[in-house]
Amino acid sequence: MGMAASDSQFHVLAVDDSLIDRKLIERLLKTSSYIVTTVDSGSKALEFLGWHEDDRRNTDETSVSPQNHQEVEVNLVITDYCMPEMTGYDLLKKIKESSSLRNIPVVIMSSENVPSRINRCLEEGAEEFFLKPVRLSDVNKLKPHLMKGKKQEIHESTPPQSPPSQLPTPQSSPPQSQLQQPPQPQEQQQQPSQSSNNKRKGMDEGLSSPDRTRPRYNGLTMVSN
Amino acid sequence: MEIVGQLQKQYVDFINSLFREGYLDDQYVQLQKLQDDSNPEFVVEVVSIFFEDSEKLLNDLASSLQQQVVDFKKVDGYVHQFKGSSSSVGAQRVKNACVAFRNFCDEKNLDGCSRFLNLVKQEFYLVKNKLETLLRLEQQILQAGGTVPLIE
Repeated sequence: MGMAASDSQFHVLAVDDSLIDRKLIERLLKTSSYIVTTVDSGSKALEFLGWHEDDRRNTDETSVSPQNHQEVEVNLVITDYCMPEMTGYDLLKKIKESSSLRNIPVVIMSSENVPSRINRCLEEGAEEFFLKPVRLSDVNKLKPHLMKGKKQEIHESTPPQSPPSQLPTPQSSPPQSQLQQPPQPQEQQQQPSQSSNNKRKGMDEGLSSPDRTRPRYNGLTMVSN
Repeated sequence: MEIVGQLQKQYVDFINSLFREGYLDDQYVQLQKLQDDSNPEFVVEVVSIFFEDSEKLLNDLASSLQQQVVDFKKVDGYVHQFKGSSSSVGAQRVKNACVAFRNFCDEKNLDGCSRFLNLVKQEFYLVKNKLETLLRLEQQILQAGGTVPLIE
């Protein structure tokens, strides 16, 4: 039965040491019909994800399916960058270094627009970088990453009988709320979903072009700062 | 109902003045948009957390600046938190005061920090007052059977 229970709904793990921001992100995610778990630290996040100290990419985990290591299925992790003890970047690294967790898409949030920070996270494999305060239009950009994560899990945990493209997508309904707030002071243009689909694993790929990252700065360019 | 109309007008005028004077920014509207029938108290909840958190931060800031040897990194950490929470609720003037405050932390300027702590405190209590009035008006509208107008 495995993942059948969560077939139609995505489960997002949100990590933030600020209670207000946890409340906010939880509401934003629930509004988009995701199942949400919030934790207040990176270490609690890893605990929730069932991370183990020795669970590294370079250990030979051949016969064991990744699913066995997860306590609960998580389809995406969204984390604050600035946290005491373990930053969002540290958490991202640990997830990407873990053989059982590395396929989980990770999104970083930060209140500070620091290009070097953003680059570092993207290079480490973060799917997106959101500037705080996070908005519904940001959360709407998560869908393709969640879909990708889901497809990957289905592909890995079932014997390959048919090509991935023939697998039914878990959510057949059209995107609920694409751009529901027309007048937005912070503009995220440039077809965000298209640019994020270009990113596969993220580990080797640096930033291909400047305009890909511009939407993530919520309209602020690297230069103007 | 006439009373509802009056209250709504009062509300609209008041919240518009708050936007105009920079007490609140668009993030507050975002909070209101996240409130619905399934979460009718969302804004009140978030704002209440903001009030509580802020009081604690102000106390922490005051005591950290009173130390024999001031740990400016620690002070900056508190201001960073305050900046974050005020930004998340749309308390623009508080946020801006925090941004300026951080410059003095960077410079390890105790005098500047003390002055800006006072400013942040002032701005916080101002916006707290405004928000309490705003939320009270909302309650009155709802109790009178009306709906709260959403300003865009």
